[in-house]
Amino acid sequence: MTVLDFINRLLGREKPSGTMARERLQLVLAHDRSDLNPELLEQMRREILAVVQRYVEIDIESCDVSLETEDRVTALLANLPIKRTREFPLPPDHDQPGVLGGEGKNVAADPAPRDQADGAEVAGNDDATLATEGPAAPQNPEKPQQVMPQ
Amino acid sequence: MTPMDAVTTASARTILICSGKGGVGKTTLTANLGVALARLGKTVAVLDADFGLRNLDLLLGLENRIIYTAQEVLAATCRLDQALVKHKQQPNLALLPAGNPRMLEWLTPEDMQTIAGLLAERSDYVLIDAPAGIEQGFKNAAGAAREAIVITTPEVSAVRDADRVIGLLATMDVKPVQLVLNRVRPKMMAIQEMLGVDDVTDILALPLLGLVQEDERVIVSTNRGEPLTLEDNPSPAGQAYLNIARRLCGEEIPLIDPSKQRQGLRARLINRLRKTTGLF
Repeated sequence: MTVLDFINRLLGREKPSGTMARERLQLVLAHDRSDLNPELLEQMRREILAVVQRYVEIDIESCDVSLETEDRVTALLANLPIKRTREFPLPPDHDQPGVLGGEGKNVAADPAPRDQADGAEVAGNDDATLATEGPAAPQNPEKPQQVMPQ
Repeated sequence: MTPMDAVTTASARTILICSGKGGVGKTTLTANLGVALARLGKTVAVLDADFGLRNLDLLLGLENRIIYTAQEVLAATCRLDQALVKHKQQPNLALLPAGNPRMLEWLTPEDMQTIAGLLAERSDYVLIDAPAGIEQGFKNAAGAAREAIVITTPEVSAVRDADRVIGLLATMDVKPVQLVLNRVRPKMMAIQEMLGVDDVTDILALPLLGLVQEDERVIVSTNRGEPLTLEDNPSPAGQAYLNIARRLCGEEIPLIDPSKQRQGLRARLINRLRKTTGLF
């Protein structure tokens, strides 16, 4: 460690490399251990979102589904902010792309989950699987019908 | 009776020594642990299961005394005691050398179990030095063991590979699995420029069997083919290997994290600042 490194450390400018090593390992091991390839994980993620969408309207943009490992147990953490609940759930065989609309493409086009460096953080600060943002009271019945398939 | 029954019914402890990644100290640990256990009065057989790249004979200084190998024992062209190479200073310790690398082509898990079973009949401890990797050679070796020691170093690549191996061992019903952390550099750990002991044990979630400090004497002992544990006053790494042997035998020897034991001024200063200011 050079004097400059030392000063940077003292000023809190730089994380010690051992801490970085631990954080990088934890992330990479969560994926190694799950034995899911990124493609399958992405597929699962899309299907989970579709199911949840049947019951509540969620904010697709800020949804996060990631893997996290602690004590050799890997957990799938989903942080799905709810915009509003649906009064009647959509039927199971509803037209998925129709429900997801333009937003659905965003989900599919997301980079591989491993690239989401903030994944662990987002999942970490929210132990619940569903996080509600603002009032989640039932809204006017017209809204859900708008996304109902014809 | 399957070949594995001979291993499971024997009173001997058949222990796999593995790491996933190469070059982290599997063979060094096997050699030193073998000598240390023999010095504690145990009958020990060490089996070099790294048929592709065998080295255990070299680390034990027995390379010139090999006549037969595991290959001839399996082919029944020699008896086991003809193939076993006894250690000069520690006659309680015997090596069963790896055969020709071409053995890899035909060796089955059952063959490996047969060999381990034969060794278990006549020993207190059978140490199997696994090859690096997680391919068939590793699986053959793991399939013949009842318990395992995973050795790793505080580096991301070694820890990741160790994690893969631990996952595989869990599916193969090898237990208990214990951890040895090798090449520990207390000074670097104290200033958090290296994965700490707690980091590695937390991530891998295994009980810690031993901590071995980085020690230049290991190189010297390898050059000579004389494991450190042969010495009466061993260097820090040698003492660590002796402690591992004692813990294996059930003795309670406290594990001291050397990075927390004696810190330099700089590390103390950084730690003090970290605690008081919460800077990082």
